[in-house]
Amino acid sequence: MAETLPVASESPAGCKARAARNVLGQVVLPGEELLLPEQEETDGVGVAGERPLRLNAGMRSRLRVVCGPGLRRCGDRLLVTKCGRLRHKESGSGSSGGIYWVDSQQKRYVPVKGDHVIGIVTAKSGDIFKVDVGGSEPASLSYLAFEGATKRNRPNVQVGDLIYGQFVVANKDMEPEMVCIDSCGRANGMGVIGQDGLLFKVTLGLIRKLLAPDCEIIQEVGKLYPLEIVFGMNGRIWVKAKTIQQTLILANILEACEHMTTEQRKQIFARLAES
Amino acid sequence: MEMVMESAKLSDDKVCTETGIVESSSRGSGCSLRHFACEQNLLSRPDGSATFLQGDTSVLAGVYGPAEVKVSKEIFNKATLEVILRPKIGLPGVAEKSRERLIRNTCEAVVLGALHPRTSITVVLQVISDAGSLLACCLNVACMALVDAGIPMRALFCGVTCALDSDGTLVLDPTAKQEKEARAVLTFALDSVDRKLLMSTTKGLYSDAELQQCLAAAQTASQHVFRFYRESLQRRYSKS
Repeated sequence: MAETLPVASESPAGCKARAARNVLGQVVLPGEELLLPEQEETDGVGVAGERPLRLNAGMRSRLRVVCGPGLRRCGDRLLVTKCGRLRHKESGSGSSGGIYWVDSQQKRYVPVKGDHVIGIVTAKSGDIFKVDVGGSEPASLSYLAFEGATKRNRPNVQVGDLIYGQFVVANKDMEPEMVCIDSCGRANGMGVIGQDGLLFKVTLGLIRKLLAPDCEIIQEVGKLYPLEIVFGMNGRIWVKAKTIQQTLILANILEACEHMTTEQRKQIFARLAES
Repeated sequence: MEMVMESAKLSDDKVCTETGIVESSSRGSGCSLRHFACEQNLLSRPDGSATFLQGDTSVLAGVYGPAEVKVSKEIFNKATLEVILRPKIGLPGVAEKSRERLIRNTCEAVVLGALHPRTSITVVLQVISDAGSLLACCLNVACMALVDAGIPMRALFCGVTCALDSDGTLVLDPTAKQEKEARAVLTFALDSVDRKLLMSTTKGLYSDAELQQCLAAAQTASQHVFRFYRESLQRRYSKS
């Protein structure tokens, strides 16, 4: 009965199952098993041998838990498969379920349906473009998947162009497919990215941090210089300011932001604002 | 050689964890391991990288994956795992090929390759210095680099080497000299969930009871290694 003490008993390798609620925000390692809130109660009482009799034994409170990246279902528990910090988001209905995931600092991108990414066109073949998005295989992009494109009116896309688009098909068994229009047929900011500007790569964790709602870094950067910026969930950032010098400064700041504390960042921004 | 240069260039701002996990005095008297040190994410180009030091033995690893795979090596329902072991000098020989195979089989047992079919996961190990227990160190560094790359795994794993003297005394994590003088050298790979044996390789003469004794000692020692893994990973994530 390894699950009897879900709270603190942290064994050397963490092989004892801990309650998911108690390790939120902490580092979890592959191989660890996590208990869901519902099991905490039932298993906790059940050790003594006598489980409290339930009137509605057949219908235990159904709770809906979604396993995000880095977690898998293992029986009625969660198995951690990646190293990182455990995160949780309540479900809309406010029950004890919700989404659990592991926030890891990895560099390799794995396509996910619905993600907005920056890709580089690597080949044109017939009616599709091959786009490199940093995943294990290039994504395909139909020439009809642009705003206003028809069979006669082809979009002007060359090999080497940068594309900002969204995945409509992305799973482990199929070739990923991108589009540059939303469900209404509008570009909505997507499409070919302009000629100049600078593209650079950062870790996936930093991109998620920057794209979080009310991210301070972006607001501060926006006050510094007028700029155009595009974030791809695949760890690519495209930035363009008035001059090349400003573009480079912005790229360096964003790259350095990952390992800076708020105070350090404020200092640097203050110094830049002066100059 | 390019890898090594890069590590020197980048190591200033990265996390370096070093802990003398076990004792300091009783080295060689029985159940004791040499000092560990581990550094993760020190190379910029691979998806995951790590170095692992055990005493004076040190190995550098880089992991690429899940990446594009050659059609000839493609497996339709799981990832193709490849391990490349590069010796300190010269070209890899038969001994390296044999070790590569052992490490690959161990990795395959824990990596959830079915989540990334038709991709390749490549682990490149570069021996920096060999002062005994090289295979165990290779296994440890491979595990840390796989974790750093974010490859999905069922469990963590570690390698432990035991040496048996002519008079039957057991030395854990032997140095090169101890390995040479030993009657038998046994290396085990153990997983972190139920400390089960994933791989074992042995050289020399030993009895059945001695094998069991070595395995039990390795299982105890693996707890220290896994505790070190945890500390080292926690320190890496403490910055974010």
